[in-house]
Amino acid sequence: MTPEPATGTSPGGLSGHTGTHSAATVIRFTRVRKEYARTGLALKDVSFAVNKGEFVFLTGPSGAGKSTILKLIFAEERPTAGEVKIATLSSATMRHRDIAKLRRKLGIVFQDFRLLEDRTVEQNIAFALEVTGAPRAGMSGRIGRLLTQVGLASKAQALPRELSGGEQQRVAIARALVNDPLVLLADEPTGNLDERATRGIFQLLREINATGTAVMMATHDLDLVKRSDCRTLEINHGQLVLDSAEPVPGASPPAR
Amino acid sequence: MTLAWREALLAFRRSPMLSALSVTTIAFSLFAFGLFGLVALNIREALTRLEDRVEIRAFVADRTPAEAAATALGDVQAFPEVATAALITPAQALERARRELGEFSDVFDAGILPASIDIKLKPGFRDPATVRAVAARLRTYDFIEDVRYGEEWVEKLQEIRNVATLAGTGLGLTFAIVAVIIIGSTIRMAVLARAREIAIMRVVGATDGFVRAPFLIEGALKGTLGGILALVMTWTASELIGRYVFAAEFFDVRLAIVGIFAGTVIGLAGSAFSVGRHLKAV
Repeated sequence: MTPEPATGTSPGGLSGHTGTHSAATVIRFTRVRKEYARTGLALKDVSFAVNKGEFVFLTGPSGAGKSTILKLIFAEERPTAGEVKIATLSSATMRHRDIAKLRRKLGIVFQDFRLLEDRTVEQNIAFALEVTGAPRAGMSGRIGRLLTQVGLASKAQALPRELSGGEQQRVAIARALVNDPLVLLADEPTGNLDERATRGIFQLLREINATGTAVMMATHDLDLVKRSDCRTLEINHGQLVLDSAEPVPGASPPAR
Repeated sequence: MTLAWREALLAFRRSPMLSALSVTTIAFSLFAFGLFGLVALNIREALTRLEDRVEIRAFVADRTPAEAAATALGDVQAFPEVATAALITPAQALERARRELGEFSDVFDAGILPASIDIKLKPGFRDPATVRAVAARLRTYDFIEDVRYGEEWVEKLQEIRNVATLAGTGLGLTFAIVAVIIIGSTIRMAVLARAREIAIMRVVGATDGFVRAPFLIEGALKGTLGGILALVMTWTASELIGRYVFAAEFFDVRLAIVGIFAGTVIGLAGSAFSVGRHLKAV
C-alpha cells in the first residue's frame, strides 16, 4: 500500500541538467516532514525527485536540513510524515532489515571520510564488498579498476593516515562506488579539503556522474555551485526554497 | 562466515590489551564462581558421606523362626527405597559390638544382643519422611520388636542439607549474575571501542546479523578462554588448599567442561546483549 505521490506537489518527470533524460526516478520525496524529538522541526513539506543519472547539488546554510535529507535517503532517519522512496523501496513500507538492502543501492561519502584507519586503501574498499557477501574472487581486479578511476592506483597498499585529505576522500568515493550504486550521496565531501583538492573531487564526481550514476552532493560551497550548471536544490529553515529545475510554488528565488 | 571469523580474530590482534583485559575479567568472575562451586560441591560431598551412614535397624524378637526372618528380609530387600538389607545374627551383633566398643568388650556376653535386620536406603530416600515410612512398614511384622534409626540425627541432617541448598542456590545465582554483568560491560567496552567501525559497516550496507557475527564469535572466544583460565585458577587453588588445609574434592571432567561451556555461553550472551543494545542505539 504505497501512497501514490500527488502529481500536483511532486516535481516528477523532471529531466536532469546533465543531459541524461531518463524517466527512472531514483529518489522521490513526497511532502516529507521530519521532526526530531529534541530539536523540533527539521524539514517541512519537502517534495522533489531525482532521476537516474542526474547530478544534483543540495545547498543551504548550516542547520537548514541538508544532512537530514541525506539521512532520510539512506534511512538513518525515518520521515515523521510523507514518503521517501529510493528506487522501489518506500519509507512507508520499509522494515528494519530492508535498510541494509537500501544502502547497497547507495554509495555514501562523508566530510570526514570515515575510513578504517588500521586497514590499507585496498582493504577499506574490499570491506564494503565483503559486507555484502561478495565472493573474494575477482575482488582485487574490481578494486584495482576503481582505484585507477579515482586516480589512486599506486596507493592500494597505503594506510589512510599516509594519504592527503583529498586522497582519503577519493578512497571513500571508490568505496562508495564498489557496489555499483544507483546514487552517490556526498555530504559536504569537500568540507575538509583545500581549493585544489575540492576541484579534484568535484571533477571526479562529475566523471562518475557521466558514467550514469546519479550524484547528490550536499555542500555550502556556493562558488562551486555557481561555477557549475548542475541542478540545485536549496534548503532553508527546513523548506525547499529553490529547485533550479522547476520553480517551487510560493518560494521566492534567493539571490544567487 | 569466514569473514566474521577473520574479523573476530583481527579484533584480538588489533586491541590485545583490551582483549586480555576482557579475558582476565571473565576469568576472575568465573574463578569466584568456581571457588564458590567448589565449596558447595565439598559441602554436598560431606553431606552425602554423612547420609551414607543413615541406617535403619529392625530388631528381631528372640526365637523367631529363621525362615520367617529370611522371608521378611526378602520382602525388605524388595522395598523400592532399600539399597541393602542384611540379617545380623546375635553372634554377628556381638562381634560388631566388641569391635566398635573395644574397651567394653568384656561386658558383652553371648546372647545379650538381639538379631536384627540392618537396612541402608538408596540415595535420595534418606530424608526423615521416607526413613519414618520405611520404619513404620517394618514395625508391621509382628516379630519385629523395635526399629531404631536415630530420628533426631536424620532430621538434623535434613535441616543442614536444606540450609546448604538454599544458601548455595542464592549465592551461586548472585555470583552468576555478577559474572554476567561484569562480562557484559567488558564486552560493551569492546563494542564501543569499535563503534566507528560498526557505523561504517552499517553505512556500506552490512546487515545487523553481519555486524553482530564477529562480536558474537569474539565474545564466545573470550568467554571460552576466560572459562579455561578460571578452571586452571580454581584447580590451582584447590590443589593449594589440598596441600596446606584439607583434602578437597575437585570438579569431575563433566563439571569442568560444563564450567568452560558456561564461560562460552556467558561471553556469547554478554556480547549479544551489548551489540544488540548498540545496534538499537545507532
